[in-house]
Amino acid sequence: MARTTEPLFLARDSYRRRRLADAARVLPVLGFILMVLPGMLTSTTVALVYVFTVWAILILIMIVLSRRLSRQDFEDTGEDVAGDAADP
Amino acid sequence: MAFDLLVIVCVAYVAALFAVAFWADKRAAAGQIGWLNSPWVYTLSLSIYCTAWTFYGAVGYAARSGMEYITIYLGPTLVMVGWWVLLRRLVRIGRTQRITSVADFISSRYGKSNLIGVLVTLLAIVGTMPYIALQLQSVTLSFDVFAATPGQSVNQTAFFVAAGLAVFTILFGTRNLDVNARHHGVVIAIAVESIVKLVALLAVGIFVVFVLAGGPGPMLDVIAASEIAEQRIQPERWTVLVALAALAFISLPRMFQVMVVENYDERHLATASWAFPLYLFLMSLFVVPIAAIGLNVLPTGANPDLFVLTVPLEFDRDALALLAFLGGFSSATSMVIVAALAVSTMVSNHIVMPIWLARRQGGATVSGDVRKVVILSRRLSIAALLALGYLYYVNSGGGGALAAIGLIAFTGMAQVMPAMVGGVFWRGATRYGAAAGLTVGLSVWLWCSFLPSFGDASLIPAVVYEEGPFGFAMLRPQALFGIEGMDPLIHAVFWSLLLNTVAFSVVSLLTFPTPLERLQGAAFINVFRYSDSAPGWTGGAADAEELLMMSQRILGSSEAQTLFVSEASSQGKEGYLPDVTPAFLERLERELAGSVGAATAHAMLMQITGGEAVSVEDLMKVADEAQQILEYSNQLEAKSAELGRTARQLREANEKLVALSVQKDAFLSQISHELRTPMTSIRSFSDILMNNKEMSPDERQRYSQIIHDEAIRLTRLLDDLLDLSVLENGQVTLNERSVMLDAILDRAVAATAQPEQTMAIERDPPLEAVPLYTDGDRLAQVFINLISNAQKYCDAEVPKLDIRVDLVNGRRVVDFVDNGSGVPPDVQSVMFEKFARGTDHRAAGGAGLGLAICQEVMKRLGGDVIYLADREGTAFRVILPEARQAAA
Repeated sequence: MARTTEPLFLARDSYRRRRLADAARVLPVLGFILMVLPGMLTSTTVALVYVFTVWAILILIMIVLSRRLSRQDFEDTGEDVAGDAADP
Repeated sequence: MAFDLLVIVCVAYVAALFAVAFWADKRAAAGQIGWLNSPWVYTLSLSIYCTAWTFYGAVGYAARSGMEYITIYLGPTLVMVGWWVLLRRLVRIGRTQRITSVADFISSRYGKSNLIGVLVTLLAIVGTMPYIALQLQSVTLSFDVFAATPGQSVNQTAFFVAAGLAVFTILFGTRNLDVNARHHGVVIAIAVESIVKLVALLAVGIFVVFVLAGGPGPMLDVIAASEIAEQRIQPERWTVLVALAALAFISLPRMFQVMVVENYDERHLATASWAFPLYLFLMSLFVVPIAAIGLNVLPTGANPDLFVLTVPLEFDRDALALLAFLGGFSSATSMVIVAALAVSTMVSNHIVMPIWLARRQGGATVSGDVRKVVILSRRLSIAALLALGYLYYVNSGGGGALAAIGLIAFTGMAQVMPAMVGGVFWRGATRYGAAAGLTVGLSVWLWCSFLPSFGDASLIPAVVYEEGPFGFAMLRPQALFGIEGMDPLIHAVFWSLLLNTVAFSVVSLLTFPTPLERLQGAAFINVFRYSDSAPGWTGGAADAEELLMMSQRILGSSEAQTLFVSEASSQGKEGYLPDVTPAFLERLERELAGSVGAATAHAMLMQITGGEAVSVEDLMKVADEAQQILEYSNQLEAKSAELGRTARQLREANEKLVALSVQKDAFLSQISHELRTPMTSIRSFSDILMNNKEMSPDERQRYSQIIHDEAIRLTRLLDDLLDLSVLENGQVTLNERSVMLDAILDRAVAATAQPEQTMAIERDPPLEAVPLYTDGDRLAQVFINLISNAQKYCDAEVPKLDIRVDLVNGRRVVDFVDNGSGVPPDVQSVMFEKFARGTDHRAAGGAGLGLAICQEVMKRLGGDVIYLADREGTAFRVILPEARQAAA
């Protein structure tokens, strides 16, 4: 019997999009934690390089993420937001 | 460089901006919007976040406190990175609710309460004042650098700059009362200015790093060796500042203006989410290098806030210095223009318009152009705001570093955030809560941050810092509740936001929202679920003509008429005024809100319609969503049950059809058999008669008799078929007259009485004496059929037929009940059909048309024959025709 290499999952696209939106929600939290860390660093130059590196990485991630998020039709993203807005 | 040249360059630059703004307005007016609305213009317009405070102040900040300046740009970066969570929501709400400002946003959320609008407006005025002063200060200082005799005409320069900016803002910000509250000219002008300031700062930075320091590596060494490296990051200040900048980024009036109000397309946010952090990244990249080099090469005591200018000048790069000057000038002007615009909109919509409406009795219905009032009030408030900024600048004595003033403004505007974020995510937030939070936040901020900013002893006497007001040590401005030793800024941020949030939450929990508030709250929180849901109007007594008059005065006559005409045509009333439907009122209110703000628009419509705006249905719609979901699933359930029922009915009909088809086949074979049997005997006996010449007359008589009988049987069968088809086609003529039921029954019983019959028939004569008006022969035919059926099919040992006349539901009926075993259930459903008959055909000897004929006859007569399944034996009920009045 032939085995499919891909796991069985319907509505793959909308599932991906929801996880993408999840990533977009988590990223600012992660960014905040990373950006608060330089407070612990002792060397100013190290802190400077660290901050700008993290900053650049954040921007790169955002380029990929927001392109993908906005490629989907903005209107139909409402439903997944509705899904998690349902919790009070 | 000559000071005069500087002034000329400035004037030329401003003239160029004028030209760009004018051209963009023209293009937009001609409908050629095109790239004016590109995401890049949107991103660049967001860059008014970087004011002169960034341009000059960031370097000064870095020189004084090391890396801390970066926090001011990290906060907004994080907000943009999290655009999906908050900004997208704000922009969508702003677009669906036609929001015109921060104050409008918050007042809309809390039931279009004007009190909230006023509070936020006050906060915005007081918070923007130091910020504008900051811009004046930096522009003035930068002019001063070039002046022949420094420090001479500082206040004068500040005055001219303020006046010039006021004129520019008034010219382009209040040219018309834009329905969409979008200012293309201004947006393009600030986008251009954003490019100028970025290019200028990058140019200075590249000059410093690559020309002066000799590359990034050596630059890092210079930084490591400079005073900046000695400045340690204070973790708590760092964290608080990142958070504060993030809050301020959203709530600053000018940021809200470009981010939400001037937003053209939500998709632009997606681009800005990385492009704007990139812009901030580039703006902050060279700040520390410039500061480090400045500290190295310039004499001690030089103002670090001006390093961007003084470093190039020190190395005689006049052109670079001029570019830097223009960059700083751009930063200051764009901020002042947009801030003045945003705040003046708030003032006119939330303070001037409500007062004006209240003062004029008859309110919105009186004649006169409201637009003039709105525009005039905006112009005056722009001028007033700049005047206030100038006064703040003069009174704070130009004192304090730029960064300190900026942070004061940040803390002030951040007070809006609990009400805003709470309003967007929490249904339970009420306007009392919002008002309490704002009031507490505003007071604490004024006391702990704003008033002390005028200098240690100018507005608050020194003794108050030491001992508190009137000796209340608990209320010392920099040590509230006796908690000492906090950094003054952190102290102010901490206490103001904490007390603000506590007041907001507690009062919200204790109070109850008005219906409109609940509606608006639901609309804000569920903005992605039903974007079009908005407060409904119940209609009321509004007159379309009054509404048109009022809208003309706010939107302008052509816009208002276009709106009314389009509404009328969508209602199918071309050429007339539209009906004042709730949907129309809602649309109108939103259009008006785009011009004068939600609270004012709502108040004006209320004056005309004079009714409560929220209907019970609207409330119920949002009150309980679980209920809605329940209803929906109930509906689904009902639908599926209905489908199941239909399917069952179809299945039954199909079964019946199949049974009928089987019976038809059976009947055809039966009828051919029935026809064939007599025909065969007729043929064979006639053969005998023809061929057998020597036949006795008796035999011939017998054979002829058989032929005759068989022919009669055939005829009867054909008669039955004919009778049925005549009945079914409605061609029968009824011979109706007055008859007695018992007479007909007598006839029927007599007709079926045969010597070999053993069935006993029981009757109840007194009940049978019923007069009828009907066709007696046909009725007798039915009775005969039923009695003979009983005789044929009753399988009891001692057969007995009970004929009983009765009155059921007001109708006279005759029941024929025998003591047999009844009709099998599978036959019951088809026995009234043609060709139907019991399983035992032999016993029947008929063609199965009897009951079908009976039913047709009774239907013609106005009655019916039904089978009573609940009796012991076979039971038929003949429902007699209703007695007619005419016949009596």
